[in-house]
Amino acid sequence: MARALVNVPAKAKRGEIVEIKALIQHDMETGFRVGTSGNIIPRDIITDFVCKYNGQEIFRAELFPAISANPFFAFSTIATESGTLTFEWSGDKGFSATESADITVE
Amino acid sequence: MWSPISRPCATDLARGAAGAHDRCEKRAGKRVVGEGELRQGKVKLDLPPLVENGNVVSLTVSVDSPMTDTDYVKAIHIFNERNPQPNVIGAYLGPRAGRASLSTRIRLADTQNVIAIAELSDGSFWSESVNVIVTLAACVENL
Repeated sequence: MARALVNVPAKAKRGEIVEIKALIQHDMETGFRVGTSGNIIPRDIITDFVCKYNGQEIFRAELFPAISANPFFAFSTIATESGTLTFEWSGDKGFSATESADITVE
Repeated sequence: MWSPISRPCATDLARGAAGAHDRCEKRAGKRVVGEGELRQGKVKLDLPPLVENGNVVSLTVSVDSPMTDTDYVKAIHIFNERNPQPNVIGAYLGPRAGRASLSTRIRLADTQNVIAIAELSDGSFWSESVNVIVTLAACVENL
């Protein structure tokens, strides 16, 4: 299981724009590099990232090999209600990881 | 929905074929824009002008949009000119984002232009392109 780190403010005022940061440990092997044996190292990247706020999708990204190792995203959302943000990463070779964070809206 | 741009396009770029950049940018744009018009402006692409290590280049895209239910940014696409593959990321957001902005970290294989295209809810497309000088390349280096 890859290590993931998400940053969501624990408390927010209703209607406030909150910044969300998500980082995950992954090599993001491009598939263009040549290994010591002279063979191309097969591509192994995260291809999709989805963030949901109480089950509703608020951010989605399609990733390509040009994304750095340990993909990092910072984006924003409006704090509408208390609940949970879930983060899902999926990729090559059946890679899948999830993480969640709670937010309290006053 | 669009698919990654074909390899020959990237090969054209690698060979430095005349007009390849224009063609590739057009083709990359075309996958996203379709028959629509790609206009300059509204998008702000923040990248360091000089990069020492192409493996990690932090990038921020922000779009001038009120992000209301009727006027918002649907998607932000980022392309490059000289990496093996022109696509970098396609991000989809909506009015719930509150602010049309995205930060991430990318790889750059060479000194090149990076292009950000924003798709707005009214169907218009806006772009900005930034030139970046890279001193240590990423993506294709040997182990």
